[in-house]
Amino acid sequence: MAHAHKLEIFRGLLKFKSNTQKIWGVLILLSIITAIEVVLGIYKPEALEAKVIGMKLLNWIFIILTIVKAYYITWDFMHMRDETKGLRRAVIWTGVFLICYLIFILLQEGGYIEGVYSSGFIKRDF
Amino acid sequence: MDTTVVNTGTEGKTWGGGNQPLKASYGKMMMWFFILSDALTFSGFLAAYGFSRFKFIGSWPIADEVFTHIPFFHGNYPMIYVAFMTFILIMSSVTMVLAVDAGHHMKKAKVTIYMFLTIIGGLIFVGSQAWEWATFIKGDYGAIQTNGGNILQFVDTDGNRVAVRDIAISEHGERVQHERKSGLWFVSEGTLPSYTIDEVYNGLEANPNVLVRTQTLTEDGKKTVLSREESLKQIKENGKLVVEGANLHVNEYGSPLFADFFFFITGFHGFHVFSGVVINIIIFFNVILGTYERRGSYEMVEKVGLYWHFVDLVWVFVFTFFYLV
Repeated sequence: MAHAHKLEIFRGLLKFKSNTQKIWGVLILLSIITAIEVVLGIYKPEALEAKVIGMKLLNWIFIILTIVKAYYITWDFMHMRDETKGLRRAVIWTGVFLICYLIFILLQEGGYIEGVYSSGFIKRDF
Repeated sequence: MDTTVVNTGTEGKTWGGGNQPLKASYGKMMMWFFILSDALTFSGFLAAYGFSRFKFIGSWPIADEVFTHIPFFHGNYPMIYVAFMTFILIMSSVTMVLAVDAGHHMKKAKVTIYMFLTIIGGLIFVGSQAWEWATFIKGDYGAIQTNGGNILQFVDTDGNRVAVRDIAISEHGERVQHERKSGLWFVSEGTLPSYTIDEVYNGLEANPNVLVRTQTLTEDGKKTVLSREESLKQIKENGKLVVEGANLHVNEYGSPLFADFFFFITGFHGFHVFSGVVINIIIFFNVILGTYERRGSYEMVEKVGLYWHFVDLVWVFVFTFFYLV
């Protein structure tokens, strides 16, 4: 069993002394991110309601923070950081490509149907 | 790891299958590919949720108004309890990864403690989810469903929600729930709503400061509040059913699809947590019995750990798309 863990996060900016320390460090990071999400979710600052590429800025922030969290869970808790490049790519890229495709197809279609409803082809609001 | 790999005599022979380019054992690799396929399943569900939400983007329920309760406390606390649940799950992920780490160092006592804490965390989470479901099913303020399936809720002139039970004037209705013993034995019906449309309409008429709120969202993302005349007219003409709480057919918070997806996705996730807890318990007892000590490797803990982290990973996304966005 490989005992060699890669102990630095943020591309080497932060290096931990032991694997246990790294785990607690990542927990602190994940807790901070969750706390930011919750505070933003409760107060919903006016400034972040602006639309950026078809969605509220706030929602973009939530989604990006979620992906950051997912990255650290996979890389440090699931030890993806210590796996070979081949295994990492086989798992991650397969998922990323298929999920992006699925999301694009379904959201595009949902938006189209909404357009059909709201532009008056079908009247259902009575 | 060494105990699970069968010696085939092909070690080092690239074309004989002795090459291990991914340097991971069979079991761990298969766990990764199972997780990948499960991740695709979950993203299918979440993307379907996104589809329905985009379809009804102008009238989707606001999550902050739906999940506002904390056990043992009264009042309006959106997000707090889900944040707590998220933290519990991340915390149990941490104890799991600490168990894996202790396993690498062959420390049986530490693995046992950390596995135990992980199981406790998992149970707290499943319990919280059950409570969340119960609250959602029971409902809050009640609402009126229209002929077209839309939801009309009540607010006072300040915009605070008003419960149906607070305004409805109950009459002695002669309509009672039909039971098999009191008529045709092969006909039965579900529980009747506590109030009829007429009772709610009379109540609305008697309370001049109560208005109707539709599920249509305004420009700044709030629900539309109707004028007094329009409120009375809507209930009179379109009201069909008094709805309290949510189930697979009706949902007092808005579109029934919201409830359907909530039950389906959090239910499927809860099922994963539950099975994860069961698997963790099995491994926990194996650790206590010294199975892995004898085997010389705690890789099994690492494999269930992967599954457990995956459950946490999925929750991170469910949390974002159901409660935040």
